[in-house]
Amino acid sequence: MIVIFLLIPLSIVVASVFLLGFIWAVRSGQYEDTSTPPMRALMEESQTEKTEKSEKSEECEKANP
Amino acid sequence: MQSLTTSNAGYAAGDLDTRLQAPGADVPERGCFHCGTPLGGAVFTSRQKSFCCQGCLTVFELLTENGLGDFYRFGRAAGVRAKDTPKEEEFGYLDAPAVRRQLVDFADERVTRVTLRVPSVHCIACVWLLENLFRLKPGIGYSRVNFPRKEVYITFENSQVKLSELAGLLASLGYVPELNSSDLEGRPRPRVSRRLWLQLGVAGFAFGNIMLLSISSYLGLDAFSGPGLRKLFGDISLALALPALVYSGADYWLAAWLALRGRVLSIEVPIALGMAALAAWSTREVLAGRGPGYFDSLAGLLFFLLCGRMFQQKTYDRLAFDRDYKSFFPLSILRTSGKKQERIALSELQAGDRLVIRHGELIPADSRLISGPAMIDYSFVTGESEPVEIAPGGHIYAGGRQIGGAIEVETVKEVSQSYLTSLWNQETLSKEKKGSLGSLTNRYSRHFTKIVLGVALGAAVFWWFRDASRCLSSFVSVLIVACPCALALAAPFTLGTAQRMLARRKVFLKNPAVLESLAQVDTVVFDKTGTLTASSAGPVVFLGEKLREDEESCIYAVAQHSTHPHAVRIAKSMEGERGAQTVLWFSETAGGGMAGIAGGREIWIGSAAWLKSRNVKAATPPATAGSVAHVAIDGNYRGCYTLASALRPQAEEVVRQLSGKYELALLSGDHEKERKRFEELFGRGGQLHFNQSPLNKLDFIRDLQAPGKRVMMVGDGLNDAGALKQSDVGVAVVESLSAFSPASDVIMSSQMVPRLAEVLRFAKSAVGVVRLSFLISVLYNVVGISLAARGLMSPVICAILMPVSSVTVVAVGCGLTRRLGRGLECGENAQEEGQA
Repeated sequence: MIVIFLLIPLSIVVASVFLLGFIWAVRSGQYEDTSTPPMRALMEESQTEKTEKSEKSEECEKANP
Repeated sequence: MQSLTTSNAGYAAGDLDTRLQAPGADVPERGCFHCGTPLGGAVFTSRQKSFCCQGCLTVFELLTENGLGDFYRFGRAAGVRAKDTPKEEEFGYLDAPAVRRQLVDFADERVTRVTLRVPSVHCIACVWLLENLFRLKPGIGYSRVNFPRKEVYITFENSQVKLSELAGLLASLGYVPELNSSDLEGRPRPRVSRRLWLQLGVAGFAFGNIMLLSISSYLGLDAFSGPGLRKLFGDISLALALPALVYSGADYWLAAWLALRGRVLSIEVPIALGMAALAAWSTREVLAGRGPGYFDSLAGLLFFLLCGRMFQQKTYDRLAFDRDYKSFFPLSILRTSGKKQERIALSELQAGDRLVIRHGELIPADSRLISGPAMIDYSFVTGESEPVEIAPGGHIYAGGRQIGGAIEVETVKEVSQSYLTSLWNQETLSKEKKGSLGSLTNRYSRHFTKIVLGVALGAAVFWWFRDASRCLSSFVSVLIVACPCALALAAPFTLGTAQRMLARRKVFLKNPAVLESLAQVDTVVFDKTGTLTASSAGPVVFLGEKLREDEESCIYAVAQHSTHPHAVRIAKSMEGERGAQTVLWFSETAGGGMAGIAGGREIWIGSAAWLKSRNVKAATPPATAGSVAHVAIDGNYRGCYTLASALRPQAEEVVRQLSGKYELALLSGDHEKERKRFEELFGRGGQLHFNQSPLNKLDFIRDLQAPGKRVMMVGDGLNDAGALKQSDVGVAVVESLSAFSPASDVIMSSQMVPRLAEVLRFAKSAVGVVRLSFLISVLYNVVGISLAARGLMSPVICAILMPVSSVTVVAVGCGLTRRLGRGLECGENAQEEGQA
């Protein structure tokens, strides 16, 4: 049971890392706008899909002229 | 593709003001491919797609050529109509160093970063397009959209792009940046501050971790772990709670201190008292090695309080109300000197400048008319809806709007000295309204604090005589358990929820406290124009000998050529009934009338005076008619069109619904010709006042308030801004939420006017819910205090009672309000169905 004296402070240290992460996130402005990034995620998907496809098709065209 | 459109629709439904503008939802089969506007006569086509105007077509071609065709994959007709958008040259003034310096966020020799407000952003496609601006124009770098704020941040290279070009590009795409003179004075940006987020994070961190340690003690598990562990838990809790107490609680300590110094018992006083007692007692416990104290409750209390504050902030942040009258003025003005014309910033305007004011533009400062017949619409200033004709040399007041052709004026005063400004600068207007945020809470807390202190002292005195060892502990216990956490949370959560429910119905409140004032209202004053009547809703009636169908189609064709509001309404009234004739010749005399040849006939439409100048004698229309346009065909007088401003549909019902419960009054800047109609509507109890200037309106409200009446003023904008501010609740009715939002307490979409009675009822019941929440929290406190005063308080009860009371109060408050609000929603649906 003595190990709990080590584990509990350790858990607090680990939790503090998350707190620091949160502080960093707030400081870097990630909480300023929480509704545009989800939209952006949808857009970028469609965009990369398209470029990947077009790249592939270009490759195909080059391969089979 | 499918998933994209659905999520897009989800956004449109979720965001409040998008629905007013979102054109995407129900596009008729033959709508413009870009913006979804139903296609009328002229259609522009490109690549088998039809467009409503050249602007939309250009945007489409621009996008497809630059590989941005993906825009149209985000949903059908996602664009913003790009008809009549301002040209790039009109933004020329933005490049003036003084203006530029104030607008941009950051600039060095190479790059500039600017934030522009773009109200027409309404969907995911807009966001995508604006963030891909760099593909349209070399030199534009990074661009990011903040959707809820409708802002776009753009960086660009100075060598390749000018600020005016950037604004022009945005405008040409349909996203006209909103620039007005308040921007130049550094706009305040109310936003959920980073500090609050950090405070919340620290409190949450402390709360979570202390709770984790405390659970073992709740369950009695510390029995086998020995005093060493208990000491450890205590030390850790103390260490975790301290930063929360100092940093997260800072605002409460400060507020309580200020309140005490000002000899007021605000809600913060008992909160701070409770927290201090809790902290002191717990620290003593920990240092004495007796266990972890009540730090779990302390951190929980702080966390919940900050959650409430965050909720409040977020609700508030959605609405930017902080606009002053300057936001109605344009940012730039066309100055002319000799042959040179240039756009200058309004702030550079000086007395003696010559300005060109075109159709629909606002007169920025008191001026003298130099040339051109001026028809000035003073509806913003006086409420008079019919334009006034001014002869050259005549004086034009600031705030008027030119209708018809371009005029030239010379300013006689500077912007800041003009009539409008002096109206707004009146003493009463600058005074802050009483009833700050949470005044309801403060009223309760005043009594609450006294009672709690009394009970705590009583308990201490009682135990002093009975058992001195329990004296201090019972005194502290009472203070701890009485900490009015639930009381403090009740109002922000309940009123915040109500505010959001209303916002979804397009009724926007300045802050939650407005609900409280709404609930107390006993007198409702309407400003006629724009609230009960809608100038565009009235029928257009022809008086005189009936016209033949072919004659009517000629009039329709000619009227269509003009942008004069009367002509537009006449044309609209005949729309769709007959095919238009070709107009061979057309000429318009600003402020007079128009002449045109169509179908082999010469059509004259205009004022009586103008027809007289052409030797046509016009009949005098009946005095009850609103605005009048006379018609002559081939030089023969035929009759006149009367354009009545009509009651809004359901306006009568609103008045009837309100008339039993509220005292009603009507103010109008118009002349008395409509008195009869309103006398019938308002019945005997109503007070009707016509020919009211803005000052009269203000005085009227003040007179009503003198004997203690709570007045709600429903008006439409600038001409009653003074009265709106003076009243206890000023409601501004607007047609489009992005267009005009004067300084008022409530901004309401005109669609909601018929449901005013329901809104008032909802406000009343929401305040009722707050009272109920207070009652619940007081009940908890009575139980807690009675236990504590008897010295039966244990950490377990304390720790459980506090969060539970807060959670119940929040749940009851939000749940009930939501339920009430749903009624508001259902009513609307039923109404819509009924209309359909």
